[in-house]
Amino acid sequence: MALQAIAFYLMAAVTLASGFAVVSARNPVHSVLFLISAFFSAAGLFVLMGAEFLAMLLVVVYVGAVAVLFLFVVMMLDVDFAALRQGFARYMPLGGLVAGALAVEMVVVSSTVATQGAARLNDNPMARGAGAAANVTNAEAIGRVLYTNYVYFFQAAGMVLLVAMIGAIVLTLRHKPGVRRQVIADQVARTPKSGMRVVSLKPGEGVSE
Amino acid sequence: MEIGLQHYLAVAAILFTIGVFGIFVNRKNIIVILMSIELILLAVNINLVAFSVYLGNVVGQVFAMFVLTVAAAEAAVGLAILVTFFRNRGDIAVDDASMMKG
Repeated sequence: MALQAIAFYLMAAVTLASGFAVVSARNPVHSVLFLISAFFSAAGLFVLMGAEFLAMLLVVVYVGAVAVLFLFVVMMLDVDFAALRQGFARYMPLGGLVAGALAVEMVVVSSTVATQGAARLNDNPMARGAGAAANVTNAEAIGRVLYTNYVYFFQAAGMVLLVAMIGAIVLTLRHKPGVRRQVIADQVARTPKSGMRVVSLKPGEGVSE
Repeated sequence: MEIGLQHYLAVAAILFTIGVFGIFVNRKNIIVILMSIELILLAVNINLVAFSVYLGNVVGQVFAMFVLTVAAAEAAVGLAILVTFFRNRGDIAVDDASMMKG
């Protein structure tokens, strides 16, 4: 039990510190690296809660794909990032005020819910994990629910990803003028008649073209 | 000291707040704004998973998976728009991005 508490406080502290470093780092490359750290330790929190499947999903999708995409874009764009930080000190008081109010409200509400709200159904299932009760693994439990009750939503999520992929490609695809491209239809449609020309030459003149 | 629901909810609340704070203070830097949105969605996911585990109902984790999907799609399209914007304008300052024509 003490081990669980140590693990929780360690990963929560790393998550929050990395999250703060994301929004306050001077260099956006550092921001992306701290974002990776935040997602990684949040995945640790998920494991601690017993949601192993989502934890692995978080590592694969975020650390493996989204963060690398961010890193790629940040490094590809040649931007003066110092100029983008001009308003930082100016917006700091207002942002801090709003953020502080939000934090106080949400911590109060969530601790109230956790101690005497709707969540007071079980004693402390956090200690034993999600799938431990039903004797199935977490991935199996998710799969059963997902493919039984939410299969259309699952396919809609697939469509969302497909549209996002096509959208990203269409937005960033660029045809440079003056680059010769292979047109396969033209090559296939070419016949001996259109590809060849008989020139009648007079003796001693050669081809003048 | 046992770790219960309220601990996870507090972490999620603080992370959400950090995301909102990031949007406020980095108003010019759209890359950091996108990363702040990712942080906010991560906080939402922590909430969903915490309640899912606490109530013994796995549907919350299924929903968190859908949130993850939408977040990934949003990041991809957002960054693609950012790259196109940078190509057209030469910088990514969002406060003079009011020109939507051409």
